[in-house]
Amino acid sequence: MDSFTPLTATLGGLLIGLASAVLWLGNGRIAGISGIFGQLLPPAQTVVWRIVFILSLVGATALAALAFPQIGVGGVEPAVLVTPPAAWSLPAPVWLIVAGLLTGFGTKVGNGCTSGHGVCGLARLSLRSLVAVIVFFGVAILTVTVTGIV
Amino acid sequence: MAVLRLPYLATAALSGALFGFGLYVSQMVDPLKVLRFLDFTAIPSGRWDPSLAFVIVPAILVMFIAVRISRRRAAPLFDTDFHEPEYKRIDRRLVGGAAMFGVGWGMSGICPGPAISLIAFQPDGLWLFIAAMLIGSLAGSLILPSGHRRRLADAAS
Repeated sequence: MDSFTPLTATLGGLLIGLASAVLWLGNGRIAGISGIFGQLLPPAQTVVWRIVFILSLVGATALAALAFPQIGVGGVEPAVLVTPPAAWSLPAPVWLIVAGLLTGFGTKVGNGCTSGHGVCGLARLSLRSLVAVIVFFGVAILTVTVTGIV
Repeated sequence: MAVLRLPYLATAALSGALFGFGLYVSQMVDPLKVLRFLDFTAIPSGRWDPSLAFVIVPAILVMFIAVRISRRRAAPLFDTDFHEPEYKRIDRRLVGGAAMFGVGWGMSGICPGPAISLIAFQPDGLWLFIAAMLIGSLAGSLILPSGHRRRLADAAS
C-alpha cells in the first residue's frame, strides 16, 4: 500500500492552518469542528455562521475530489468506514454508534478535538490543549493497539 | 449584529472551504489512513503511515503565526473580540473527555472534521456516526456546568 504521502499531507496541512488563521483573524473564532458542530443545537446563540462554515466545508471537499480525483479516497477510490475487528464480533453499526457517541460526548466535555485543541490550541500555546492532545492521541493509539482494528 | 454581516459570513465560508480542501488533499477524510497513523504497532515492520504528523504540524505553524499577529491587534477584522477560550483549569472533565474522544477516534479513525467532510462522499454508516456524535455532544452539554459556574471555579483555583 502506498501509504505515506508527505507532500499532499503537508499541502493539506497548510490549507487547514490557513482555514484556522482566516477564521481567527477575520472573525476571532476558533476553527474547532467539534465546537462548531456541537453548537448547532440549542442553547446555541450564533448558528448562522456555523451552518455556513459546515456547508462550505462539505461543498469544498466534494469540489476538491472533482478537481483532483487522483489524490485518492473520495476521488478515484471510494470512501469507506472501518469494519469492526472480527474478534469483537460486533455489527458495524453498533461499532460506529459507540465510536460516534464517545467522540461527541468526549469532545463536548473535553472542549475540543483534533482541530480545536490539536491545531488551534497548540498554536495558542494552551497548556489545556497540550494535555488534551497528549491524552487523546495516546488513548487513540492504545485503542487501535487493543482492538487490532488496522 | 456583526455576526450576520456579509464579510463575517464570507469569512466563515472561506475558512470552511479551505478546511474542506485541506482535509481532502491531505487525505485525512480517509478514516483508514488516519488509523494507519494511529497504528504504532506497524512501526517496527515499516508499514506505519506518518502522514498525519505532516498534516498537523504545518497547520499548527500557520495558525501559530496568525495567533502572533492577533496578539498585536485589539480585535479581529469583522468582530469586536477574539473569542479566546477562557478556561485555564486542567481538570477531570478535560482529561476524561479527551480520553473518551481518544477511544472513539481509535475505534473509527474519524474525528469531527473528517466526519463532516465525509458527507461529501456518503460512505455507508456515516449518518449513524454523525447522529451518534450529535447525541453524544448533547448528552455532554447536559452534564457540563454553566459558563458562569466554570468561571467561578476558575477564579477560585
